[in-house]
Amino acid sequence: MPMVNIAGKEVEVDEEGYLVDLSQWNEDIAKYMAVEEKVELTDSHWEVVNFLREYYAEYQIAPAVRVLTKAIGKKLGPEKGNNKYLYELFPYGPAKQACKIAGLPKPTGCI
Amino acid sequence: MSDMDEMEDGSGIVKKFMFLNRKAPHGTVYALEGLEVVLITAAFDQDVSMVFTDDGVYQLMKGIDSKGIEVKDFSKTYRALEGYDIEKLYVDQASMDARGLTEDDLIVDVTVLAVDEMANLMAEQDVVISF
Repeated sequence: MPMVNIAGKEVEVDEEGYLVDLSQWNEDIAKYMAVEEKVELTDSHWEVVNFLREYYAEYQIAPAVRVLTKAIGKKLGPEKGNNKYLYELFPYGPAKQACKIAGLPKPTGCI
Repeated sequence: MSDMDEMEDGSGIVKKFMFLNRKAPHGTVYALEGLEVVLITAAFDQDVSMVFTDDGVYQLMKGIDSKGIEVKDFSKTYRALEGYDIEKLYVDQASMDARGLTEDDLIVDVTVLAVDEMANLMAEQDVVISF
């Protein structure tokens, strides 16, 4: 699988650019992935990214977008747990793009 | 007839799917692959239930530590099923008894069924897929 150099560290990514070894993740990697995805990271983006990392730590999977939306609504309130808000942050799919930035695998059930 | 309307575009048909899990969590890929299929099926708004029987009951055990065999412990993922609206989890009473397990040993809330109750539940299904 391809290797990329991120802030002086060699990391392995899969053919779609997702981080292979979750434990290597750090903020530099998140920023690199965000540039790849053409996403400018704000505090609102970080909130979702950090939420996903917590979700993964608890359940060992990257959630499908519908599940992510619902879970965010529960934790951060309905004004954030909706498609409009999340797609504004991550236009090419909140689960897909935010998972990549969070260093998670591509969501299960993401077709 | 409403079934006809639903048939026209192929959407809106809800079938009863049962996923039958019979194998230990590790050693073969069945348990993990079965779980992934269930998570994918959830996206299609079907009526999904999961059954754990024989060594399959071990999939739901608390405190699994798979570090020694260097594979991912996916047992926590069963706790995510609720978020996917998959809330019908059944275990076979005899399989639990034979292994000295009770509901307290399991990582999620389940319904324990006797063999005849399980047979009735299976008979109600449109599709039964075994892993």
